[in-house]
Amino acid sequence: MNFWTDPLKMAADWLTGLLTGWGMPEGVAVGLAAFLGIFVLIAILMVIDIFLVWLERKVVARFQDRIGPNRLGPFGLIQPFADIVKLLIKEDITPANADKVVYNLAPILSMMSVLILWAIVPLAPQILGIDLNVAALYIIATGAIGTLSIIMAGWSSNNKFALLGAFRQVAVMVSFEIPMVASLLIPTVLAGSMGMNKIIEAQNIWFVVLSPLGALIFMIAAIAELGRSPFDMGEAESELISGYNVEYSGMKFGMFYAGELLHAFTFGGFWGILFFGGYSFFGLEDVSPFLAIPILLTKAVIGYWIIMWVKYTMMRIRIDHMLAFNWKFLTPLSFVLLMVTALVHVLFKDTSPWLYGLSMLGSNLILGWVVIEFLRRFSRAEREKLEGHAKPAMEAAGH
Amino acid sequence: MTIAQIIFLVVAGATLGSAFMVVTSRNLIHAALWLVATLFGVAVQYALLNAGFLAVVQVVVYIGAIAILFIFAVMLTRKEIRDQGPQLNSSWWLSATLSVVTFGGLVGMLWGWKDMAHTVPDIPPGFDSISALGDALVSPDAFVLPFEVASILLLAALVGAVYVAFNRK
Repeated sequence: MNFWTDPLKMAADWLTGLLTGWGMPEGVAVGLAAFLGIFVLIAILMVIDIFLVWLERKVVARFQDRIGPNRLGPFGLIQPFADIVKLLIKEDITPANADKVVYNLAPILSMMSVLILWAIVPLAPQILGIDLNVAALYIIATGAIGTLSIIMAGWSSNNKFALLGAFRQVAVMVSFEIPMVASLLIPTVLAGSMGMNKIIEAQNIWFVVLSPLGALIFMIAAIAELGRSPFDMGEAESELISGYNVEYSGMKFGMFYAGELLHAFTFGGFWGILFFGGYSFFGLEDVSPFLAIPILLTKAVIGYWIIMWVKYTMMRIRIDHMLAFNWKFLTPLSFVLLMVTALVHVLFKDTSPWLYGLSMLGSNLILGWVVIEFLRRFSRAEREKLEGHAKPAMEAAGH
Repeated sequence: MTIAQIIFLVVAGATLGSAFMVVTSRNLIHAALWLVATLFGVAVQYALLNAGFLAVVQVVVYIGAIAILFIFAVMLTRKEIRDQGPQLNSSWWLSATLSVVTFGGLVGMLWGWKDMAHTVPDIPPGFDSISALGDALVSPDAFVLPFEVASILLLAALVGAVYVAFNRK
C-alpha cells in the first residue's frame, strides 16, 4: 500500500492515525476524515467549475467565429475570477411577493443535485465516493431533485415568465427521463451490474461499439435533461427572457449557471463512464490512479465538448415537436433497443467474444437502419400529404 | 446509544415533523414541498436499513414523479394557491380518535413482538442484494405472480390513459 497505487486510502489512514494519536475516538476520526474527503472533492469541483465557465465562453466564441475572453491573463484565463467577483458584489434582489424560503432554497438544491452525482463517479478504480450497486438509478434520482429545484425556483419567483419556463423545463425533464432510464439499462444489461466500477471493468470492448444506438439515445436524453439547446425551451430567451431563473441575481443566479455547466461536464463524464470505458485506457489505469484520473477527466471534457457542439450549432425545437419526438420516437425506440439488447445478450453471451460483439453491433446497426428507413417513408408520406395538390400543377408547368 | 440510533431518531423526527406540516400548512405548494421532505425522510430510513434499491426507487418514483405531479396539479387547477376557509370541520374528533386508536394498536402490537429488539444484521461482504431482489421478483417460488399481476394492472392503467386521452378525428 503506497502513495503511488492508492493515495486516497493512504491519506485517510494517515489522517485517522494522526487524529487518534491526538486522543480522538476512532469513530469520530474516521468520520472527520471522510468529511474532509468530501470537502476536498467539492472544493476541487468548484475550482473546475470556474474553469468550465472560461472553457464554455472560449468554445462558444470559436463556434461563432469570435475570440472570446482574451484580456485578463494568458488566453483570458483570469476572466472567470473577475466574473465571480462581479457576481458576488452584485445587489441581491428578492422580488417583493416572492416566497422567501423556497426562493432561497431553489439555487442550493439545484447545485446540490449536481454535486451529489459525484458521490458515484469513479475517478480511478480506488478513488470514488461510494460504489453503489444501484448507481444507474441514482443518476435518475438526482435528476428528480434537479427537477424539483427548477419548479421551486419558477414558482417562488412570483413571475409569469419564470413559472412558464419552469413548466416547460419540467415537462421536458420528466418526459426525457424515460429514454434516459432505458438507455441506462443498456450498459446495465451488457455489464450485468448497475455499479459504475463493474460497468467500467466489463468494458473490454467499449460499450459504444456494442451499442452505438444506446450511446446516442443516452446523449440526446442527457442534453434534454440538462435543458440545453436544442431542448432549451425552459430558457427560450427570445420569448421567456431567461425562464425559471429570471428573477435571480448575483450569486444565486451564479449557482444556477455554475450548476448547469458542472451538470453538463458531469454528464459528459457519465457518457465516458457508461460507453467509453471510463478511466480505462489500454491498461494505463492499473499503473496508477494518477494516470486514471486524467484519462477520465479527458473523456469528460470530450463529452462536454460534444454537448457544447450540439448546443451552439442546433436551433431550438418547438415544444410540441420536442415532446412528440420523445414520446412517439425516442421512448419506443429505446424500449425496442433494450429488448433487442437483452435478447442478443442472452442468446450470444456464452459464445466467443467476437461473435457476441459482432451480433450486438449488427443488431444495433439493423435497428438503426430500420428506424431511418421508417422515418424516411413517414416523412415522405407527410410531405406528399402537404404537397399533394401542388405537385400535378408543377409538373404541368414543367412540361 | 449508537450513531445509527441517533441518525434514526433524528430522521424519524424530521419525517414526522414534515408530515405534520403537510396537513397543517395553509399554502398547498408548501404542503406539497413538505410532502417531498417526508418522502425523502422515508428514503433515508430505507437506506439506513441497507435497502439501497428501495431508497433510490423511493426518490425516483415519489419525489421525481408523484410529488412533481402533485405540484403541477395544484398549480394548474387552483386559482388561489392559499387554502381558504376553516382548517377543521365538524368531524375532526372522529379522525383524531381513529388516528390515536390506530397508533395505539400499532404500538401495542409491536411491543409484544419478540423481534422488536433486533438490530439490522450486517450484510456479508460480496452479497449482492439487488440481484437477490431481481431473482426473487421473477422466480416461480417467490414473487413472480404478484409481480406479473402488478405489471398487468399498470399496463391496463396505461391503455386506459391512452384511451381517455386519445383524440378521435
